[in-house]
Amino acid sequence: MEYLSGTGRLKTRCVQAWGLHPRLMVFLPVLALLCGLVMLPAAGCGREASQQPPLCVAGSTSVQPFAEKLAEVYMHHFPHLRIDVQGGGSSAGIYATRQGAADLGASSRELVAAEKDLVEIPIAWDGIAVIVHAANPLTNLSLDDLRAIFAGKITDWRQLGQRPHAIHLITREEGSGTRNAFEELVMGKVEITPAALVQDSNGSVREIVANDPNALGYISVGLVDRRVKALSIDGVSPTREHLRQHSYKLVRRFLLVSRLPPRGPVKEFVDFVLSAKGQSLLEQEGLVGIAE
Amino acid sequence: MSREKFVERVLFLLALSSLSSLLLITVFIFLEGMPLIIETGLGNFLASSHWAPTKGHFGILAMIISSVLVTLGAMVLGVPLGLACALVLAEFSPPRLKMVLKPTLELLAGIPSVVYGFLGVLWLVPLIRDYLGGPGLSLLAAALILGIMILPTVISISIDALDAVPGPYRDGSIALGATQWQTVRRVVLPAASSGIITAVILAMGRAIGETMAVIMVAGNALKIPTSILDPVRTLTSNIALELGYASGRHREALFATGIVLFVIIMLLNLAATLLTRRK
Amino acid sequence: MRLDPRLSQIMAKTVLWTFTGFTLFILIFIIVNISVKGLPQITPTFLFDLPHDMGRAGGIFSTIAATAYITLLAILLASPLGVGTAIYLTEYTREGWGTRLIRFGSECLAGVPSIILGLFGFVLFVMKLGFGWSVLSGGLTLAIMILPIIIRTSEEAIKAVPREYRQVCYSLGLSQWQAITRVVLPSALPGITTGIMLSVGRSLGETAVLLFTAGASLRTPVSVFDSGRTMAVHFYILAREGLSMPNAYGTAAILMVSILAINLVAYTLMQRLIKRYS
Repeated sequence: MEYLSGTGRLKTRCVQAWGLHPRLMVFLPVLALLCGLVMLPAAGCGREASQQPPLCVAGSTSVQPFAEKLAEVYMHHFPHLRIDVQGGGSSAGIYATRQGAADLGASSRELVAAEKDLVEIPIAWDGIAVIVHAANPLTNLSLDDLRAIFAGKITDWRQLGQRPHAIHLITREEGSGTRNAFEELVMGKVEITPAALVQDSNGSVREIVANDPNALGYISVGLVDRRVKALSIDGVSPTREHLRQHSYKLVRRFLLVSRLPPRGPVKEFVDFVLSAKGQSLLEQEGLVGIAE
Repeated sequence: MSREKFVERVLFLLALSSLSSLLLITVFIFLEGMPLIIETGLGNFLASSHWAPTKGHFGILAMIISSVLVTLGAMVLGVPLGLACALVLAEFSPPRLKMVLKPTLELLAGIPSVVYGFLGVLWLVPLIRDYLGGPGLSLLAAALILGIMILPTVISISIDALDAVPGPYRDGSIALGATQWQTVRRVVLPAASSGIITAVILAMGRAIGETMAVIMVAGNALKIPTSILDPVRTLTSNIALELGYASGRHREALFATGIVLFVIIMLLNLAATLLTRRK
Repeated sequence: MRLDPRLSQIMAKTVLWTFTGFTLFILIFIIVNISVKGLPQITPTFLFDLPHDMGRAGGIFSTIAATAYITLLAILLASPLGVGTAIYLTEYTREGWGTRLIRFGSECLAGVPSIILGLFGFVLFVMKLGFGWSVLSGGLTLAIMILPIIIRTSEEAIKAVPREYRQVCYSLGLSQWQAITRVVLPSALPGITTGIMLSVGRSLGETAVLLFTAGASLRTPVSVFDSGRTMAVHFYILAREGLSMPNAYGTAAILMVSILAINLVAYTLMQRLIKRYS
């Protein structure tokens, strides 16, 4: 029996070391794999039969914070419906909506001709604020100067009658709804200079401007806070009144987009957004309501 | 016996998983990106620095240059620091200290890249802005952060290379009256050189492929940089910045950027593999 | 002119130790900075409350859940593949072009940058297969990312099991597969576990892959088709958008402490293993 004790010792050692039967060791990964496989067909974007599927809202990062807020309040009032809010960007949201990956797309730019077959639901007006550091003495900028700055023709604060220092220009990335609207409203055919810093969200533009006294950028009016200063454009400040009257020039619409006319839970949510309650929520967050 | 055969077959299939994943990745990246490269022409794509994808301009020269510069900058900081740490650990520190130092330094590898980026924005960027000028978010900031991020790669592979140098090499040199430093410089380093070069190459791959930290500190401007204080956009940050918003041709262009990055990385990997094989 | 060897020795040593000290300083700076500002944020409410107002208020529970879910899925998918590959490489084949090719594949896979993996996962899982931004897409892509880690460590661990163990098994009339499952794998288990732990650490810190595959929904994911925001992605968004610095620090601290702890345990486990078999 001497030769047997060898494996016996081995075996006991394994068992002692791990407190598990060796055979279990082999079953664990197999079991794991099985679990993985079983989970796969369990649901489809959470489309279980027993439960309401979650509503997917995907798109513009400018709309996202407002959509999140709306969803949070909506789910609080109607706990039966779950709402998923995704960022990703206006174009990605529209694409996802067309593909059926999202129920609603959120867009901070107008639809282009090829996208006009989708149903568009305007939910609010949003201004684009041109922001500088809170300590920057500048308060007003003409639209022409703004264009010249972003075209790379004005590169120094001195040219605007300030203390001489290079302007640290910040723009949004190509494809962003905010950038798209900014280009349409301000730049026209002129291209934004490649020397500008590029950030991929309103928040990160604001962070940089808040920390750099020489920075200049543009963000959604709803996201302006105390640490940055929104400039007047051609003497008109981006207040709610001016946005409502459209006397402040940099105004664009926020849209929800769907493939088919909304019905069922999608319609319920859209109706909520356009209701007095939904619109007042958006107003609280700094947007201007679109429904009367 | 048939069970044994069956097991072997299954294991063989499992073993193909990594290779087939690699193949899948290659196929999909190329499928998505190639049409655009073919249409724009590889020359135009690589040699133009005009990137305005929504207006039909797809040139990534500025990003290639920026990626290379940022990576080189990272090497300038990371390689000497990393090699010094490896030498200290492998040759100069007492064993007891090594037992503590080695795992400590390996912790660097565990810190997520977003944390590096975050601290870069919080500490490094303001320092550069206030003392050196420019917007702070710059080639320099990206290079410094990446230089720190590649340290674990440089250190751990270099240590392995140094440890692999047989002890008698050192004893012989010391016995001939050489100092420890002379031994290291004349005997150990040359003997470990191929391993150290591998470490450098792999670190380069790591640096050129890093995304999140770079996107946070590099500033992402599209211009070809003229100073180390200029903001730059690397290949990786170009993809990450715009992928969310891209559709159609624009998205293809980002996958095409991915192809360029992928090819560069694979060439580096191949170089590293060949180098270790030769040994 | 030649420098005195002893002088150059002193100079070289000074330089090397200074560099090492500097590296250590950076490391300690990072850890202390995040811990000092982040650890005080971590309270039971922070851990177990859902985030409100885009993460400006409330806790981070849903991101912890998403992280656990995605990581678990990735590990479940990658470990059988990785361990299987390692067994095949060490036990069933002789060194040749086949093993070299497989090893080369896994090394290349290890070198693929996460943004490329993200692109791949985005186009294949999110778009082509229609999984959407989901735990499943994220888990699958992460599994590919950690596969090389598991293969490499498992291979090392299995190789470290002494040859005699197997010979004893064969002499007892056990088949090769029996020897592997009853003796080799259990003995190599600590090493395999190390690899899995390292993979967990790597998954926790990953951002680029998950941003494009798992999405950034703040809701707690329930099914594998739900989108989920992991802690690393949450931290990235909080920090970048300047939503809430205290919450960003808190998330970073949890993330860093857990990754460092996991890596440290894995490291000690590995050392113990090396000592046992050498």
